[in-house]
Amino acid sequence: MLAWTIYLSFIGAAAVALTPTGRPLFARVTALLTSLAVLGIAIAAVVEGGGQPITIVRAPWISRLGIEYYLAADGISLTLVLLTGIAAVAGILFSWNIERRVRDFFALYLVLIGAVYGVFLSFDLLLLFVFYEIAIIPKYFLIAIWGSKRCEYAAMKLVLYSFAGSALVLAGTVAAYCVSGQHTLSLDALANFPFPAHFQMWAFPMVFVGFAVLAGMWPFHTWAPTGHAAAPTAASMLLAGVVMKLGAYGCLRVAMMLFPRGLDPWGFRVLGLGSWQQVFAVVAVIGIVYGATVALVQKDLKFVVGYSSVSHMGFVLLGLMTLNRIGLSGAVYQMFSHGIIAGLLFAVVGRMVYERTHTRDLGELSRIPLGRLIPFAAVTFVLAWMASIGLPGFSGFIAELQVLIGSWRAFPWLSWIAGLGILIGIAFSWRALQATFFGEGVTASDTEHPMPPITVPERLGAYLLLATTIVLGLYPRLLMSLILPALNSPLFEQLHRGAWK
Amino acid sequence: MTGTSYAELLRLTAPEIVVGLAGLLVLVLDLSVLRRTAIAVRFHSAVVAGCAGCVIAWVVLDKFPAQGSLPAGMLVVNPLTQLIQIALLGLAIVVLLLVDSARFTTHVGEYCALILFATTAMMLLVSTQNLLVLFISIEFLSLSLYIMTGFDKESAQSAEAALKYFLFGGMSAGILLFGMSLLYGISGSLALQPIGAAVSQSPGDPMLTLAMVMVVAGFGFKIAAAPFHMWAPEVYQGAPTASAALVASSSKVASFFALFLAFNLGLRAAAGSAAWGMYSAGWASLIAILAAVSMLWGNLAAIAQTSFRRLLAYSAIGHAGYMLIALVVHSRQSLTALVYYVITYALATVGAFAVLSALEGEGVDAIADFRGLGKRAPDLAFCLLIFLLSLAGVPPLAGFFGKFYVFTSALEGTNHFGLLWLVLLALAMSVVSFYYYLKVLKQAYVSAPVTGAPPIHVAVATRLAVWSAATLVLLLGCLPGLLLNKVATTLGSAVQ
Amino acid sequence: MSQFPYVSGLTLLPFAGGVSVLLLGRAGRSAARLTAAVFATAAVAYTAMLWFRFVPALAAMQFQELHAWEPSIGLQYHVGADGLSLVMLAVSSLVVLMSIAASWKNTNQGPAYFALLLFLETGLFGTYTALNFLHWFLYWELSLIPAFFLIRIWGGAGRARAATRFFVYTMVGSITLLLAFLALFLASGSFDFMELTEMAQIGQLTAAISQNLHWHQWDSGHISMWLFCAAFLGFAIKTPVVPFHGWLGSAYAEAAPETTMVLTGSLSKMGVYGFFRILLPIFPEQMWRAKTILLWLAIASIVLPAFTAWVQTDLRRMFAYSSINHLGYCILGIVTVAGSSGASASLVDEKAAALTGVMLQLFSHGITAAALFWFLALLERRSGGLLGLNDFGGLRRAMPVFSGLMGITLFASLGLPGLIGFPGEFLIFKGVFPLAWWAASLAVLGLLITAVFLLLILQRVFSGALGKRWQSMPDLTLAERCMLAPAIVVMFAVGLYPQLIAGILQNTVMQFVGQVRY
Repeated sequence: MLAWTIYLSFIGAAAVALTPTGRPLFARVTALLTSLAVLGIAIAAVVEGGGQPITIVRAPWISRLGIEYYLAADGISLTLVLLTGIAAVAGILFSWNIERRVRDFFALYLVLIGAVYGVFLSFDLLLLFVFYEIAIIPKYFLIAIWGSKRCEYAAMKLVLYSFAGSALVLAGTVAAYCVSGQHTLSLDALANFPFPAHFQMWAFPMVFVGFAVLAGMWPFHTWAPTGHAAAPTAASMLLAGVVMKLGAYGCLRVAMMLFPRGLDPWGFRVLGLGSWQQVFAVVAVIGIVYGATVALVQKDLKFVVGYSSVSHMGFVLLGLMTLNRIGLSGAVYQMFSHGIIAGLLFAVVGRMVYERTHTRDLGELSRIPLGRLIPFAAVTFVLAWMASIGLPGFSGFIAELQVLIGSWRAFPWLSWIAGLGILIGIAFSWRALQATFFGEGVTASDTEHPMPPITVPERLGAYLLLATTIVLGLYPRLLMSLILPALNSPLFEQLHRGAWK
Repeated sequence: MTGTSYAELLRLTAPEIVVGLAGLLVLVLDLSVLRRTAIAVRFHSAVVAGCAGCVIAWVVLDKFPAQGSLPAGMLVVNPLTQLIQIALLGLAIVVLLLVDSARFTTHVGEYCALILFATTAMMLLVSTQNLLVLFISIEFLSLSLYIMTGFDKESAQSAEAALKYFLFGGMSAGILLFGMSLLYGISGSLALQPIGAAVSQSPGDPMLTLAMVMVVAGFGFKIAAAPFHMWAPEVYQGAPTASAALVASSSKVASFFALFLAFNLGLRAAAGSAAWGMYSAGWASLIAILAAVSMLWGNLAAIAQTSFRRLLAYSAIGHAGYMLIALVVHSRQSLTALVYYVITYALATVGAFAVLSALEGEGVDAIADFRGLGKRAPDLAFCLLIFLLSLAGVPPLAGFFGKFYVFTSALEGTNHFGLLWLVLLALAMSVVSFYYYLKVLKQAYVSAPVTGAPPIHVAVATRLAVWSAATLVLLLGCLPGLLLNKVATTLGSAVQ
Repeated sequence: MSQFPYVSGLTLLPFAGGVSVLLLGRAGRSAARLTAAVFATAAVAYTAMLWFRFVPALAAMQFQELHAWEPSIGLQYHVGADGLSLVMLAVSSLVVLMSIAASWKNTNQGPAYFALLLFLETGLFGTYTALNFLHWFLYWELSLIPAFFLIRIWGGAGRARAATRFFVYTMVGSITLLLAFLALFLASGSFDFMELTEMAQIGQLTAAISQNLHWHQWDSGHISMWLFCAAFLGFAIKTPVVPFHGWLGSAYAEAAPETTMVLTGSLSKMGVYGFFRILLPIFPEQMWRAKTILLWLAIASIVLPAFTAWVQTDLRRMFAYSSINHLGYCILGIVTVAGSSGASASLVDEKAAALTGVMLQLFSHGITAAALFWFLALLERRSGGLLGLNDFGGLRRAMPVFSGLMGITLFASLGLPGLIGFPGEFLIFKGVFPLAWWAASLAVLGLLITAVFLLLILQRVFSGALGKRWQSMPDLTLAERCMLAPAIVVMFAVGLYPQLIAGILQNTVMQFVGQVRY
């Protein structure tokens, strides 16, 4: 049943492409119905499932190479599938007002969604890679055609970085296939195969970095703020919200699950670091602080949000590197939580503010009394801000709590630096909120800035995202019941036996 | 030496004969009966006759396959060569479809006949294991291609391209011949198998080294591998579209296959190794260097191109590099990969040229001329997307699996990661190639068409060609087993 | 465990109120304020009901509710109330009601204001009753946001900086508090206050820390001290304790006086509550070790702000610094009690007196400070925004009732016997003198200076020649008098019969005294 999330999305894309040209409403409605149906399937699966991985489809594909068309889902996949469903619906709602080339937009959007589902549900490494690559092309067109200034440059940068990352992953895939000699690329078989330790020592960082590029790991993160800022709202919501999680998911599902020995201590020290685990943990914390600090000095509102994504993804990577149950669970939780929150932030900044004011400059925005003109947007942004700084009551708190506990256990000093990152995060997001909605230099009167009111689709989208983050902040059991059994499954056994504590 | 009956010869060469006869028929038809009719009618009839010939040959290959060989390996017919020949025939049909709407010449019969003759030459090229017949076929092919390149009498570029092609080709043919003669001198035989036996006895012979270098140089020219690639950009740009398509697709298929036969059978023992840390002299290391240089030169030079044809030419050089990796490894796996790669590559290339020919009326050559293609001719643009992404290596298109299979075969075997350096270089260059392919797609889809641009009329035949190529590329990408299994089984029986 | 979720109901009541205000507020400001008043009164009544249901003879935490929430991260829903909580709940609900009454006529403050105020009350109620760190922290942070926006949107000219400072200072404290508790969770596996208290009492916490937290081979004593410092920082900023008080002056001055009523009346008590609920029971040994520094900080918090208040020229700032001074007595009491464990296990009476005094002082300061700012709000409206010390003069003649009532409140703040301020301060000194006589002596200085500047206010503002400007200043209207009356009555009632409040405190205090051992 879950496989239909992929198929329906692609069918929906084809259906949208075939709607009549002069009637954009058909395209929008078709897209919305498709994504709602898919969200329904995802929710049904979440309600049913949890526990052990469930195989959805397993058929030979290229039997000569032993590659299978193998789809399966465990708790982590289900979590991320749910995230994609919610983010997709919200994105379509926030793109309701697009007027130019509407059909193409929604068709590309649905292709991207379908490919993302494919990645989260693939249990054959090559299949995962195929879907991963399929997702890249729609991103290019979404940004290049409907983006704002410098979009072509941003799109090309994003795509080239993504391809470079996936080239590393392909190298690792091919290497794993050859070394294992098992004539298979299914994840469960490879997870149990004891790759030689020295092989894992270089395969792990290669594959990890390949995926981490897409997750916005410092210093390969520069595509992210540029790309997110140039992209149209729905694309940024998807990019920051879901696509960056593809990278993090790959780090966990492929790099860490297949090559866990790569995280063991080297036996010698370089600059005080003694294992890839420490290296990437330090890099993650640098990302947290660096992203937050750079966001603090940005003049462009969308760039602030873009850099905040880099900072938040740092938490995911830190959680992954703690190698204990609570840290890993926190990382997955943060993937979900940040997906929703990033979607909210981009929705407010892109759709509610930029489309009405046509400026992203903080100085200019502080002169427009937005707090009075669009109070709905102000309240939504305040709530989104509260969620993004990790205030309790929102999903981000649960996630960051777990990551911090995990990192306390593994790297106490880094926890303090991460705490500093949270503080800087509070500072920059407050600065953005203040300049946009509570500007001091309000010069003009209300009548000088006629603002179209907040439309119904925008409200619905905002409610959906806010409700999700609040519900998951107050009732974390919903996701924890999926994540924890998944982390205990035999797939992660090798990881358990190793550096896991 | 036992003689062979003519009946046997005819049976074994039936497909080539059919195609050759078709060529002659087209020529006669055009020069006699259709002399006074309109040009369109002449083109249509020539194309129909040519396609009919190819189809009949295909049927013969498929339904009445012959097995056997002539003495001294002059002709070797086995399922593998038959598979390649089918591919060549398919490509020829596509090229003929492109010719249907060409209007650059009035010598219709000659042109189509040349295409068919070139195809015959290629079919012969792939089914021989004898140096002499190999050389004759190559020359036969080359001569046809030279003339086809210069066929546009009104274009100075065409003439220049043909001249360059001819001069380069002539020189490299000479070098090839010299190398072959050295091989004859070493082994005393013209057949690849005895040569292989002789070589394995004295692998360190300096004359052998000289021979190898020359043979590599000679073949390197044919496959447009750097640094023997100088003719390619000129020919791709100057030649009429159909000629360029043939050069880019079928000729590559045939040349690579011949190269693989020559080295795998004839010079196996002198292979040497290009593995990191285990370097030993031999043609494998030589070809590895060739591969590396081709990938680098081709991809990096393509970035700066503004002409679509030259871009395709440089990308062809890059692709030659990837395919040469498979040859460096020369295991059964990698040869399967090579055949798969070259066939799917040819399909994508011929498709790209087909799209180009559809736009020929506009005088399209620069990348900027593709502006707004997505709006003006959506189906053409979509097929172009498929072709370029396949060349870039994006799944689920055929080009991706070709690359994947080549890389996998390169890293497999006991010598695990010796060739990792080549694979990593190939991956890096792949990433670079995305940039210039996306540049074209950007023009097609992102940029708006020039205001007042006239709508594009695409002939039926061209549309058929484009669509069939695109469908095949997509199909072979989603279900690569279709082709892979066939190649693997036929290869198994043909090569030890 | 009680059957009916009293405490949860109490906590959710103002939240429902806030939502109702937002919904009904579309009908206009009067609908909004009426709804707010209804809910605030209901909260007071509810608290009173809990008060009477409370059984003082039982020492244990009452009205407890315990539900599993997310066991994998140690999150449990655990709430309850003891004597201390009830006192805090009482003062919070009263102060919020007073603040709503003070805002009655202020048209600047619309439905959004009242809603935020009620959300703030939810946060307060939650903080005072939560017993698991995670949702305690949730309420702690949730009380911060409405307060921040109340200052930011309805404050005076310098509100932006004031609000930002307030937020940043408090956030820094929150983060260190969070990190400290995460470490405690790692060591002990629990976020529950009562469990942690038990572990600390029997010495198990130190053992757990040394077992589970291996940081560069530091010994557990060091680690515990660091954790204590981190947690202490959080509460020290909130109270505030000198030298972490930088946010308070501007925040209280720039916020609208109606808002400051709640800030000083209840929000500041959260810090002292934290000392009681968290620092004292869980880190008794660390408090004992650090007693000298803590005593000096307490004294600094008593004496220095008094002097600072003396030299201010803005009435709001004077009362703001006086606030720090009053809470300094609370800190003094707690720290003295904590510092006298171990050595002399006797002196129980003195300790009990000190702690009872602290709790009484919390209540009394809440009421009096809120009332004082209420008067400032009324004055501000009449003076057109002026609130400087030297702006007025001879107001006694123009507004006799106002002056009289404010005078009573000032004396209550000072600690005149017979009024609400006296029992608390008296008991604190009674307890502290035997335990740390030098600290008490120095603290008396604070009393002195407080008297000085409060009399200064009386003199400058109410006595003297009546300026021309204020000659026609209207006195308190009947409505205002009626609204103020209950506050004044309370001041007298508790001042004359402190047992009203202290009655339920006995066993709670004894429990705390008993916990000061390790």
